[in-house]
Amino acid sequence: MPIVVKNLTHVYMPGTPFESVALRDVNWKVEDGEFWGLIGHTGSGKSTLIQHLNGLLKPTSGEVIVDGVNLSDRGVNLREIRQKVGLVFQYPEHQLFEETVEKDVAFGPRNLGLPEDEIARRVKEAIELVGLKYDEIKDRSPFELSGGQMRRVAIAGVLAMKPKVLILDEPTVGLDPRGRDEILGQIVEFRKKQNMTVILVSHSMEDIAKLVDKIAVMHKGRMVDSGTPKQIFKNYEALASMGLDIPQVTHLMIKLKNRGKDVATDVMTVEEAEAEVLKAARRKGHA
Amino acid sequence: MAAEILAEGVCYQYSRSSQMALKDVNLRIGKGEFVAIIGPNGSGKSTLAKLFNGLFVPTKGRVTVDGLDTRDRENVWKIRQKAGMVFQNPDNQIVATVVEEDVAFGPENLGVPPEEIRRRVDEALEIVELKDYAQKPPHQLSGGQKQRVAIAGILAMRPEYIIMDEPTAMLDPVGRKEVINTVKRLNREEGKTIVLITHFMEEAVQADRIIVMSEGRVLMEGSPREIFSKVDELKTIGLDVPQVTELAHRLKGRGLAVRSDVLTIDEMVECLCPLL
Repeated sequence: MPIVVKNLTHVYMPGTPFESVALRDVNWKVEDGEFWGLIGHTGSGKSTLIQHLNGLLKPTSGEVIVDGVNLSDRGVNLREIRQKVGLVFQYPEHQLFEETVEKDVAFGPRNLGLPEDEIARRVKEAIELVGLKYDEIKDRSPFELSGGQMRRVAIAGVLAMKPKVLILDEPTVGLDPRGRDEILGQIVEFRKKQNMTVILVSHSMEDIAKLVDKIAVMHKGRMVDSGTPKQIFKNYEALASMGLDIPQVTHLMIKLKNRGKDVATDVMTVEEAEAEVLKAARRKGHA
Repeated sequence: MAAEILAEGVCYQYSRSSQMALKDVNLRIGKGEFVAIIGPNGSGKSTLAKLFNGLFVPTKGRVTVDGLDTRDRENVWKIRQKAGMVFQNPDNQIVATVVEEDVAFGPENLGVPPEEIRRRVDEALEIVELKDYAQKPPHQLSGGQKQRVAIAGILAMRPEYIIMDEPTAMLDPVGRKEVINTVKRLNREEGKTIVLITHFMEEAVQADRIIVMSEGRVLMEGSPREIFSKVDELKTIGLDVPQVTELAHRLKGRGLAVRSDVLTIDEMVECLCPLL
């Protein structure tokens, strides 16, 4: 179920004194099963872009085509599109509202008009996919859970709709390191199990570098770059000028290279850096 | 009178909980220090912060601010004026529709005379570098700017201590840098004592001293170098270390002659250059 974005422009409040162009001529193709990271400074247009992918916003001009369907066409069943393209907003736990975890996660599938036994099955599966124990948690109030657990319940609510594409907007913001690693680990797991396409919006290059296949960079409403993480991080100077960081170890390798050391600079994780430094040190007989 | 915040044998239990959120905590925050408190969620960091300015009073033990006991109701206002708090969400802390009115809110409540309020507001906005925004509506500001308005509001009350409970958790990297630079300036140039609670290790690295909380207790205390050289212990309780610190630790484990207390990229470059 590929998503194709063609010449997408979006203007907020056109024709008013508050008119502002949020997206300018964006072109993007997301293939089945890909894992994308979408990065950019606040106000770069990331959130506006993802809200077009399930029809929450309509293009001012250009097209968004999901699974062959142009979302601007008359008579498009947006409900069906939103079931296929699940969107998890920032702080999704603010959207929890039911008395129990089970009811909250069941809300989406129930709105789809599914039979009760199917709803029950999906709810259980979704809760387990986010790494929570169904029997222990199903009857608890979502509001007495920890921040990380609440967020996972909110994600389960979207997973229970069985989307083909899952978009997560800053899923780890405000969590402690363990909570962050748990959520990211679960995303990797359920992506594999459900064979989903995932788009992760994040400010954390270190997280993105570890997880995704491809990165798209937004800047001032334009998609200025896209490619594999290694390709993207090569342009570290351009990224820095847009207020974006690269992983610390990537930065380290670039600085070593600039000092004339024979090391590869396309390193993104601590493990890769360790291997690279050891290799270079061995050549000099220091390890 | 001692110029310090002192926690002695402090225990705290939330009324609806069966467990102690803090267990026998003993700490001293000296005047002029910049102290970072780190620890996983539920370790008691925020509870401790709220005890420091008398928002909570200890279930057992005592907290004193410049010698004033927080359990004594008569001290509450004096303590809150001495120890200001900045919270996570800037939107919950801003009350007025114009930046300078928001900053004036605190001193107005303290009954400061109008001309003195004017002076303090100007000075506070100058310190957080938002003078040009004095007349703006706060909702037009970025997250980092809003959080600096919140800090200016606290500064206008002229506190000695500023306690910050994850002030950067909801900000993007640029907003985080803005706020942390402001915090450093408050400490180095204005002489304010800073207690910074954070999940971001690159922020904690900037402090003079780090306190590590775990399960309601003080697990470790020391300089950033001392604390971050304990990579394995920090990881066990679910905390991060900076990538270069972890790299140094691993390389040392593989027999390479590197220091294990590396905190920054540049230190790591200097450390590795002779070996490569």
